[in-house]
This record gives sequence, C-alpha cells and structure tokens, in this order.
Amino acid sequence: MSTLTTPRPAEAAGLGTPTPARRRFRAGAGDHDKAGPITYLLLGLAAVISLFPLYWTFVAASHTGERVALSPPPLLPGGELWTNISTVWNQAAMGQALLNSTIVAGLVALSTVMFSTLAGFAFAKLPFRGRNILLTLVVATMTIPPQLSVIPLYQIITDLKWGNQLQSVILPSLVAAFGVFFMRQYLAEALPVELIEAARVDGAHSLRIVWHVVFPIARPAMAVLGMLVFVQSWNDFFWPFVVLTQQNPTVQVALSAIGGGSAYDINQAVIMTGALVGTLPLLLIFAVLGKHIVGGITAGAVKS
Amino acid sequence: MATPAPSTSWRSRLYRFDLKASPYAYIAPFFLCFAAFGLIPLVWTGWLSLHQVDLLTPDVQEWRGLGNYTRLWDSEQFWTALRNTFTIGVISTVPQLLMALGLAHLLNYRLRARGFFRVAVLAPYATSIAAATLVFVQLYNPDYGMINWALSAVGVERTDWFSDTWPSQIAISSIVTWRWTGYNALIYLAAMQAVPKDLYEAASLDGASRWQQFTRITIPSIRPTILFTIIVSTIGATQLFGEPMLFGGGVGVSGGSAHQFQTLSLYLYELGWPSRQLGRASAVAWTMLLILLLIGAINLLIARRNRAKLEG
Repeated sequence: MSTLTTPRPAEAAGLGTPTPARRRFRAGAGDHDKAGPITYLLLGLAAVISLFPLYWTFVAASHTGERVALSPPPLLPGGELWTNISTVWNQAAMGQALLNSTIVAGLVALSTVMFSTLAGFAFAKLPFRGRNILLTLVVATMTIPPQLSVIPLYQIITDLKWGNQLQSVILPSLVAAFGVFFMRQYLAEALPVELIEAARVDGAHSLRIVWHVVFPIARPAMAVLGMLVFVQSWNDFFWPFVVLTQQNPTVQVALSAIGGGSAYDINQAVIMTGALVGTLPLLLIFAVLGKHIVGGITAGAVKS
Repeated sequence: MATPAPSTSWRSRLYRFDLKASPYAYIAPFFLCFAAFGLIPLVWTGWLSLHQVDLLTPDVQEWRGLGNYTRLWDSEQFWTALRNTFTIGVISTVPQLLMALGLAHLLNYRLRARGFFRVAVLAPYATSIAAATLVFVQLYNPDYGMINWALSAVGVERTDWFSDTWPSQIAISSIVTWRWTGYNALIYLAAMQAVPKDLYEAASLDGASRWQQFTRITIPSIRPTILFTIIVSTIGATQLFGEPMLFGGGVGVSGGSAHQFQTLSLYLYELGWPSRQLGRASAVAWTMLLILLLIGAINLLIARRNRAKLEG
C-alpha cells in the first residue's frame, strides 16, 4: 500500500508552466529579449495606472468628506481614517457584510474545489461513454449568463422564504464549469495513469484512489482554484444584489447601498472608506499569495 | 488493464460496477447543479416570457403569446439598451484586449522585478465591481474629480462624465478595462511563453525586426488564446450590470436620466424588479440568449473560415 500513500511528488508537474526565466537564461540567447528602458517605462506606467485608484481610495478614506469634495483633490493621506471606518461600520452593516462574504466565499470555494476535482479527475483519467461530448457541454455552459435564470430562481427563493438568507447565494454556486475545466487540464498532465492502475491492482476502489492518489497530486491546483473561486465569489454582484437586502448583505450588496447613498447620511470620504474596507481582505490575500494566483491564472490558460 | 484476483464473483461484479459508474458519480454534482440552477430556470424563463406576470404574484400568469417580444421590438428604450450594450461592449473590450496584448509582450521580456509587475497589473482584478465603480465615480466627478482636474491642467475643458452619452459610456468602459486588462495580459503571457524560443532565434537570424517577430510569430502562435479571450470578454460585455448600475448612483437602474448608459441587463432588472413585470423581463433575457447564440455562430463561422484558409 505504500504506493498509495506516497505518490510521485506533485511539484514534478509544477502547475504546468516551467519557470520561463530560468529556461531563457539557460538558453543564453544573448540580449534580444532583455528589457530596455522604454519597456520599464511603459510597465511602470501600467503599474501606476493599476495601483493608483487603490492608493487614492486609501487617501480619500483618510480625509473628511468636505476635503475630498474640494478641487484639487488630496494626494497624501490625512488623519480621519478611523473616524470614517467607524461611521461606515455603524451605518452600513459592514461588519455583518464582511462576515457574510467570508462565509459565502469560503463555502463556495470549498465545495467548488471538491466537486471540480472529482469531475476534473473523471474527465481527465477515467474512460466512460460520452466523455468528450459531456466535457464540451461543460465548457459550453460557461457562455450562459446568469440573467437567464435569475427570474425563476428569484421566484423559488421567495416561495421557500429564503430571500435575504445566505443559502440562496451559496447553493447556485456550489460548482462551476470553469473549475471542472481547470482541474481537468491540470490532472490530465499531472496524474500518471500508471498510479491509478497500480492502485486498482492493489484492489483499491475508486473513492480510495481519489483520496490517496488524486487529492495529494491535485493539491497545488486545488489551492489555486480555491483562491480564484474565493475572489470571484467575494466579488459576485448580480445575483446577491437581486436576492439579498441591507438587513443581511454581502460586502458587494452593502457597497451598492453606500454608493446609492440616499438612505444614509454618508459623504464621499465614507463611500471611499466602504470601498477600502470591502476590498482590503482581498488585497491582503493578494499581497501574500499574489505570486501563486498569477501562476494559477497563467497555468489554466495555456491549453485552453 | 489488470483485473484483481476474482476471489468471489460479487466482488468482481462490484469492482466492475465501480469502474463503470464512478465516473458518472463524479461528474453528477456539476450536471445536477447546472440542471437545477441553469437549464431548468432558463427554459422556465422562456415560458414566462410568453406570459404577463407580476413580481408580487408570480403564480398568476396570463398568456401573452409573443406579445412581450413585439412590445420590446416597438420599445425605443429596448433599442437604446441594445445599442448601449453594443457600444459599451466594443469600447470596453477592443482597447482592453489590444492593451493586454501589448502588456503581455512587455512582461515577456527578461525583467527585473518581474513578480512585482505581474502582481501589480493583476491588483485591479482583486477589486470588486462595486468598489471599483464607487472609486471611479469619485475620480470622474465633474466638479472635484481627479480626472477633470488632470485634464484641465493640460487645457481640456470640463467634461460631464455622467449626463452625456459618449463620456458616460467611455467612463464605464474604462472601469471594465481597468479591472480586466492585467488579467488578460497574464493569460496572453502564458501563451506567449509556450511559443518555442528557436522560432524567434531563427527569425532574428533572418533579420526580422522585433515588430515583425511580434506580428508574424507571436500573434499567429497564440491565436487560439486570443479567440478564447475574445469569446470570454464578449460574454462578459453582453451581461454588464454592476458598473453602469452603480455608476448612475440614484438613477442607476434606469442607466442615467436619458438611459444614456442603460445596458440590456439593467433594462431587464428595471423591468423585472422596480416595474415588477417579470414576463417582459424574461423576454429581455431570452433576447440576450438569442444574441449570444448569434455571436457564437458568427465566431464559429470565422474560426472555420480561418481554418479553411490555413489548410487551403
């Protein structure tokens, strides 16, 4: 049974992309792909455009509403951040919203990763009738916008008296076509068929194979998929906006009320504080795990 | 494929059953979830689109035939929303994908601080639609916003980014572009790194300039990826909702006071919820589906013709 518990190290397959820089340095192809000053200038500009709105959100969130509404706008942080955070916290159920978004995005990520890994494994390595057609179908479902199902779903949720409850946002997102495809692409390459066959010879049934062979090998891809789904679910807007209210909002629903403005005594600085508080958790995740997320996006794309 | 020792016949039967049935068990959650929350509601939406239904009494349905669709056809607001969806779609995806291509090309050079640049251009992707739109609403404020202030410094006169059609659509498109350019750039970058290096070396030996290498080697090599991003962004553009909704503030649902930036999704929401006409909203939803199918068919035709050209 030792073959089952110690599968080939997953990093042998990496995430599908060998680190290109090293390869290029080894090739020693001279200077033709070395970045010049103009490249750095343009990339610097792109980085500034990407980061400036985030920096400015922080700046605006640390001033009074009067100051933010004066031209020229402030460019350096002020001292009002904590006052603004407490205003947004008290007036817009931000604490509840952060908790709800964490619960929703966490559960959605967990279940999407589990179900996608199972389905991805079946599509990548198990022979069965209709496999190719069904896989095409999975990819095709990605093209159907949520707008086509909101109306009946809203009716059902209302009938069940689930309006305003978190399960109405969680249930429709338990598994995603994107995740199934992502895991299939990864496992098709990273999981050697011999391992499965060896386990079969040892008499392991397929759930046992999933647990002892597939999951250990899929772990790096599962982690990346989990992060991607978490970000996506945290930022999901349309359906939560339709079905939840301000009594029990996710972060995005709370932000939509802050932006709508009329119900609260909320100024521009407080609006920016809401945007900051709602985005900060994800930015922190990005600051720590950004490299892995970048790797995941690039890995999923190569073969599509 | 080896079979285990058939110690007992029920055991080998169980084994064979496991082999046959388990793949279907593993893919079942996805298809069940899709049936319950995607396919059945989609068909149900089509049924509703042939009826008059009030949001508050959804069980009372009055047959309308194609009435909801002919009413859409005659509605000026529907055509405005369709046109807006198209124009916002074009000005938010075309520059976005072109810039992403350029950015990917730059990121593909041998760089210092490579990791920083990649994470930096991806940061907008971590920002939600709601947060990003609220921030850009401030930046675009005609009176004290950063953008008019910067434009006035170079002599451009005050632009009203909210009430005029083109400025408001450009502003909304800029939010979409800001959020997605880096993400698409990383997808292109991954595809570019899979292009064999010796192709470039051979080309530069033959005296091809960098620009020629980019247009003759890079672009053709990553063509499938480009097609993929075009399809994904087109789908995204047809369902644009949060950005125009929140950009409009108090009048967001109607897409501005003259519907100047109301998209089809927003129109659907306005009909279904504030106006409570679920039947008409369903007709808008199915019209969106038909448009997507049409775009898909056109894409397929172009892809097939390209393939024929390559082979022929």
